[in-house]
Amino acid sequence: MVVISLENFHLVVLIKPSPDIEKVRFDTVRGVVDRSSAPLEINPFDLNALEAAVQIKEKLGGEITAISMAPPKAEPVLRDAIARGADRAILLTDKRFAGADTLATSYTLASAIKKLGKFDLIICGEKTVDGDTAQVGPEVAEHLGIPHVAYVSRIEEVSRERLLVVSDMGVPYLVELRLPGLITVTKDVNKPRLPTLRDKLRARKAKIEVWTVDDLADVADVNRFGFSGSPTRVVKAFVLTEKKRKGVIFKGEDAVDRLIEVLEKEGILR
Amino acid sequence: MSEYKGILVFAEQRNGDIHPISFELLGKAREIADKKKCEVYSVLFGYKMREKAKELIYFGADKVFLYDHPLLKEFDVINYKQNVVNLIREEKPEIVLIGATPLGRSLAPRIAAALKTGLTADCIDLQLDEDGELIQVRPAFTGNLIAHIKTSTRPVMTTVRYKVFKARERDLTRKGDIVEKEVEIVEDVGVRVVRKEPVEVVNISDAEIIVSGGRGLKKLEDLKILEELANLLGGVVGASRPLVDEGWISKDHQVGFSGNIVRPKLYLACGISGSPQHLAGMRDSEIIVAINIDPSAPIFNVADYGIVGDLYEIIPKLIEKLKDRKRGVKG
Repeated sequence: MVVISLENFHLVVLIKPSPDIEKVRFDTVRGVVDRSSAPLEINPFDLNALEAAVQIKEKLGGEITAISMAPPKAEPVLRDAIARGADRAILLTDKRFAGADTLATSYTLASAIKKLGKFDLIICGEKTVDGDTAQVGPEVAEHLGIPHVAYVSRIEEVSRERLLVVSDMGVPYLVELRLPGLITVTKDVNKPRLPTLRDKLRARKAKIEVWTVDDLADVADVNRFGFSGSPTRVVKAFVLTEKKRKGVIFKGEDAVDRLIEVLEKEGILR
Repeated sequence: MSEYKGILVFAEQRNGDIHPISFELLGKAREIADKKKCEVYSVLFGYKMREKAKELIYFGADKVFLYDHPLLKEFDVINYKQNVVNLIREEKPEIVLIGATPLGRSLAPRIAAALKTGLTADCIDLQLDEDGELIQVRPAFTGNLIAHIKTSTRPVMTTVRYKVFKARERDLTRKGDIVEKEVEIVEDVGVRVVRKEPVEVVNISDAEIIVSGGRGLKKLEDLKILEELANLLGGVVGASRPLVDEGWISKDHQVGFSGNIVRPKLYLACGISGSPQHLAGMRDSEIIVAINIDPSAPIFNVADYGIVGDLYEIIPKLIEKLKDRKRGVKG
């Protein structure tokens, strides 16, 4: 007898709205990022996470929920997630979520997933271009008490019960993950498709759900959200001034000879 | 909070060998501990690792907590996490240092979340403020911003980038204790290593000399001249992201924010313009040399030495001169 489960396969993709790193400007005097200088977009690593979810859904069916914790102006980012294949998008937005470090952020996202109720596989990008921590994914897994595999560079096999993936831990390992579980994916896992015009039109009409602290109060300890739930504090920040380099440019016929001379002097050539 | 004392260094082990990051962390931990007048502990997982555990003492640990068990031979994120969490609850170290390797960055967040403590990622420096509290220095925004971070919970947890601290001299006269701990094993953790993939990978982050190519290369075959140059210099070939995307070279050669972060003695960038994502991966190299046809390429802003010109003329010339030099012919 073949038993066909009528239960949907639930995929969750965590998305960080982040500024375009090629465009964003830095205020060197105050040591801060001028957040108005570049609009928010899907963190590039999360595009691969979303594409991975879409490919898995193509095989197993199911539903993809995209979740972000961000200010209200991040709404277009979630609309973009819908255009790229998410069925449902939830924006966690509330002043009381603000100022969160990775511990509070991961706790908030994990609480939203709990509130969602059903999840089989959670997919995150390897890291973000602004925070650079790569911590939120594994922290979410710990809060939910599920296994995780980080740095997934290839998805070999998927079923409703388990995943076979290649995890790039300096050397690649083939790893089996039992579901429910979480993976963080690298940029090698796939090539994200571009949304079509039809996708974009559909996304324009889609509803972006907005959840606040009050929506999570029954599943979480609200003191662990935002600034008050964040044990790490930036006490000082400054724009990186490049290490003073010599900046010597060699020109003309003997440029190569001059380069060899300095490499000898620097002790590189012996 | 004052009940938390000492510094715990997580020692990373692969195939029975201790990763050099562990010795670097012990060196820094020793320096901080001597200022704070506290002890340095280390924790090591593996199977039949008692001999190797002594190395941690030679490199600066006062006490090594050893978890020796056949199931701990390979990285097992859940069992490693559970035993480190148990150890931290018992020993209450003030500071926990973990290497910011893929393994460390997969493990540390789970430990921090389980302990509900703060974790700072990928630090490039650690300092003490006037109150003896740890200042964690780390890059953010793809390396464009540097932040100083303090943690209000205990332990203060930090992952530290490879090759930013120097290990101490191995001192065979150093004495310390090796404490074998009882291992708590969860049998079915939900993650299982099936096998190591049978591929040769270049460990570019260990290389002292890197010759890197970028968009300035016109075709796959042209990587050969970079290989020849790298061989002559005793180095390895690196690449910027576009070459990896093209499938010309494997990911283990990639230098940049989404690839490897390197700090060799010499970084020779050939036909690389220097995007923010590339600079984030190599700006801490000791000496940077750039060869690029475009004098306004951002790579020249971080270069010690540069040649503006066509790499297809300059590199063959450089190769010839280096060969002559090897043969003892005066240029």
